[in-house]
Parts: sequence; structure tokens; C-alpha cells
Amino acid sequence: MSSHVFRGRVWKFGDNVTTDEIIPGRYRFKTDDIGEWAKHVLEGADPEFPKKVRPGDVVVAGKNFGSGSSREPAPLVIKHAGISAVIAKSFARIFFRNAINVGLPVVICEQLPDVTEAGDVVEVDLEKGMVRNLTKSVEFAATKIPNFLMQILMDGGLVEHIRKRGGAVWQDIG
Amino acid sequence: MGKTIAEKLLSRAAGKDVSAGDIVVASIDLAMTHDGSGHLAIRAMKSMGGERVWDPSKVKIVIDHVAPSAFDRTSDIHNELREFAHQQEVQLYDVGSGICHQLMIEDHVCPGMLAVATDSHTCSYGALGAFGTGIGATEMGAVLMLGKLWFMVPETIKIVLSGSPPPLTLPKDIVLFVAGEVGVDGATYRAIEYEGDAVREMSVSGRITLCNMAVEMGAKTGFVSTDEKTREYLAKVGRESCFQEVTPDPDAEYHDVIELEVDGLEPVVACPSQVDNVRAVAEVDDVEVNQVFIGSCTNGRLEDLLIAAQILDGKRVHPSVRAIVIPASRRVFLEALKLRVIEKLAKAGCVIAPPGCGPCAGAHMGVLGKGEVCVSTSNRNFVGRMGSPDAKVYLASPATAAASALTGRITDPREVLNR
Ligand code: SF4
Repeated sequence: MSSHVFRGRVWKFGDNVTTDEIIPGRYRFKTDDIGEWAKHVLEGADPEFPKKVRPGDVVVAGKNFGSGSSREPAPLVIKHAGISAVIAKSFARIFFRNAINVGLPVVICEQLPDVTEAGDVVEVDLEKGMVRNLTKSVEFAATKIPNFLMQILMDGGLVEHIRKRGGAVWQDIG
Repeated sequence: MGKTIAEKLLSRAAGKDVSAGDIVVASIDLAMTHDGSGHLAIRAMKSMGGERVWDPSKVKIVIDHVAPSAFDRTSDIHNELREFAHQQEVQLYDVGSGICHQLMIEDHVCPGMLAVATDSHTCSYGALGAFGTGIGATEMGAVLMLGKLWFMVPETIKIVLSGSPPPLTLPKDIVLFVAGEVGVDGATYRAIEYEGDAVREMSVSGRITLCNMAVEMGAKTGFVSTDEKTREYLAKVGRESCFQEVTPDPDAEYHDVIELEVDGLEPVVACPSQVDNVRAVAEVDDVEVNQVFIGSCTNGRLEDLLIAAQILDGKRVHPSVRAIVIPASRRVFLEALKLRVIEKLAKAGCVIAPPGCGPCAGAHMGVLGKGEVCVSTSNRNFVGRMGSPDAKVYLASPATAAASALTGRITDPREVLNR
């Protein structure tokens, strides 16, 4: 698999998962140790999740994933827990930007969440913009995102992107 | 073709003619960060190779989220922010100054500006006709270094509020009603323009409440066109010279126009745990309350404290309720002291805490325990937002919050004001 293809076991969530469910303020403000935060990742939506999640797993969710706060620790803590990608019908605006900036692959797909159950195995091909549920043998196209965002994501986030290129590609949009 | 407010303001900031759907890079007029994420933004800027902020006069740092500090790690973060502000010659608002958005609106936001901050409620600035939107810490790192950021020019939903609300039905009731109609993702990626006579009649403080909650419907930002009230507000805070007119073109194109009547509205609450779970107070008035919070960037201004004091004056907070009142800024605090609003609230048994976010983000000063119920004038009632994931938060107007503090259960303010 190329570094932009991820395959993993699915954790399934519903609509409107909020940033307070992903990482609530009562942990976030006490420390800036991401390892500590990761112990509580998505605990508000599924109390067992932090214990059961394994590196490489994929989160599949409904509409408006990551609604609420602008807190970047939300996508960061999901990435730190080893989640390789989040596939949702739609994302809250700031969460989506933050995920790309911290290098957490986020994929918008209307159809896949409806046919996917917890425990299925799915594959994401970022470069081709395809998502597959291997358990159910179905394949869908992801919603296209602008090229410059894809470049930031593939560089591993905005910090790495700017370091590597000496600036952000979007500076040239004019 | 005519332009919406969002299209006009982003056209100016990008230096070219843009419309909804375009992706643009725009110059930032105001960049703010706070103790919830400022340290991450600073570290991001440094990791990107940035040494100095692009323009110290356009950068503001506020210590408000856990202020004064409640944990040793937070104190370290505060010191990191103080040191950075000092080194970079950037204005710092230290503990007790107030909530970041209130401070930006009082001291810095001007009609027409493009502002970003590491906070989702930056959308509040639209109440003065500015484009304000929230970004993450890493992006703020890039903004601090470059002074620019990319934006997708949003489509706009126009929400026309007509009629005039009955007494004790406040801007908060109106915006909760709107959120109930639009839904928590009904405006995702879009801007909202609030229009109509109910908005024209509303004070700037009420308009801030409206715009503050635009993000609770998923919106990128919310706007109210400027008018004489905007000018008067700016004059009151000593900045009349920055007034300019910001209105949409009459032939602007909207994604959707939603018309709502506020005439027959009554006090409402957003029930746990989504902001669009809105019901009439009368439907939930048997719910017992452990804590009442009157404050936050949504409802911590003078007129909010005034209505609370009017309801609690000469009475006592119910013995089973902790009522926490936090002015949104030092300016609000001082005005409330002068008008003896603070005295009335304290005499009634309220806990008055220093200007800042207080318990809104669940970090300190009123963190909820298991099974507790809080009536809060803030903007989010999510699971775990204000403490235990088993606690329940009902969002309400300051009048409903004060009435509930009095009776110990969720209460329609009309029930108690003339009692
Ligand atoms: S008062 Fe609450 S919503 Fe407003 S900035 Fe502070 S934590 Fe955020």
C-alpha cells in the first residue's frame, strides 16, 4: 500500500459528534500533554473507545462530525490515538480545516457511512479519492477537495508543509 | 450582480472582486488568540520558522479561558503567553480583563474588518458588520507569520426576523428559536445575514448574542448590517471614527431566505445535549436545577446582568441553587458596579466571579458533577461541555436563568417578575 492508502477496522459514530465529546475542556485545560488527552479520545461519544481503539483503525461517522469548538486538539487527539482516517457524510467547518492542518486524513463521503457497520474493514485511497468497504465489497468516490488542501494533507499537515516548501501553497492563490 | 456582506468584505480583504464559491487569500486585519490555544499557535509559528509576528498592532492575546489559573500547567501556559506578548510587543489582556470576544468588540473590531481568532465564536464580530471567523491553532501559527489566510467565500443564508418579541422574550430566546428552526448543521460552511425589524430594534448587545450563535448552526460567520445603533455603540466605546456602512447589495444572491415571526415567541431553552433541541420553558418547568450560570460571550453584557438583577432584586436565590454571575469584561463589571447591579445580585446570593469565561468551557469555577443540572446563558449544552458527561445543561436567556435561580427549577421569567 502506498502511504496514501489506509486500510483499517471501523468504529462507527452517528451525526453531530461534537468537539466536547472528542476531547472535553475538563481534560484539555489541565495539561497540554497529548498522550494524556488521547486517553479520553471520543470518550463522550463512546466511553469504551479509548481503551479499544487500535492504531490503523478508521472512524466512520454521519453528518457534521466535529461540530462545536475550534479546538485543534480534537483532530490531533484522534490522530494521536492512531486513527488513520475519518470518513463522514460531512464535517463541521473548523474541524475540517484543523484536521488537514494537523495531517489527519478526513474524507467526505455521503454513501459509505450508510452501508458501513462497526468492525467492517474499509480502505481509503486519498490520492485517487476513493473509499471502499472491503467487508461489504462496495466502493464509492469521495467528495473532491481543492488540490492545495490535498497537498497539505499529504505533506503531513501545515507545519510540515510550510517547512518543506518554505511557505504555504495557498499563498500563491492571489 | 449584487454582493452579500460576506462577498463584499472578502473582496476588500482579497483585493479583488470575489463571489460565493471562490477560494481566496485575504489579508487579516485582526488576529486574536487566547489561553485555550494560544501556546499551540505560538509553537506552530515557531515550528514553521516564524520568528516575529507579521504586524504586532494587529495581534491580540487574551487570558480568559482559565483565568485566574486553576492548574499549574495552565499557569505555565499563561506565562508562555505573557512572555511571547512581551517579546513580540503584542497587546496582552491578562486575567480579569474579560472574555476575548467581548474585549475585541469593545476595543478593536470595526465594521468591514476581516478578523480571525482561535475560537469558534469569533463569528460574534458580525454584530458590528465585521467578518469574524474561527480557525485552529496551527492555522493561527501561519497567520501570525504571514498575515494572510485562505478562505472559501461562503454562500449566505438570509434570516429575516419580523415583528417585535413580547416582554421578557430576549435576543437569546430568538436565536435559540432560530437554531431550532435551522438545525445544528443547517448553515454549515455558509454565512448568515440577520435582517428584519426585530433585528433593527435590537441593541448591539442583542445582535452580538445573535451572531455569537451562528456557529452553533454550523455557519462560518453571522452578520447584522450596520446602522445608527452600530455608530452609537462605537461612540460609546470611544471608537466612532471607525464606523463605516456595511450592508448587502439589494440584488445580492442568497442560498436561502428564511422568514421568521418573533411576535408570538415565548421564552425557550435548548435542552441537553444539542443547541437545536429547543422547547418552550413551560414544557420543562418541572426540571430541578443545581447551578445557574449567567455570563459568557453570549450573555455576559450589561443588559443581561440588568435583567437578571431586575428579577432577583430584593429576593433570594433558591437554597439548592448555586448562581454564578460573571461580567463579560471589566468595562461591563464597572458599569454594573456603578448601577448597583452587582450589589443586587450579590445580596440575592449570587456568586460574582471575575470577568472571563468562567464555567462555560468546563475547566473551572463551577464544573458540574454527575447528574447535575445547569441552566446557562452560554452557547453550548454538549455532553461533557461544562463538566461530567452525566451533567445536563439547558441554554437559556439571562431572564430565564435568573428566574430559575429563584425557584430552583427551570422557570419562565414571566412567572416571577411581578410576584
Ligand atoms: S465564554 Fe465560553 S464560548 Fe465564549 S469564548 Fe469563553 S469559553 Fe468560549
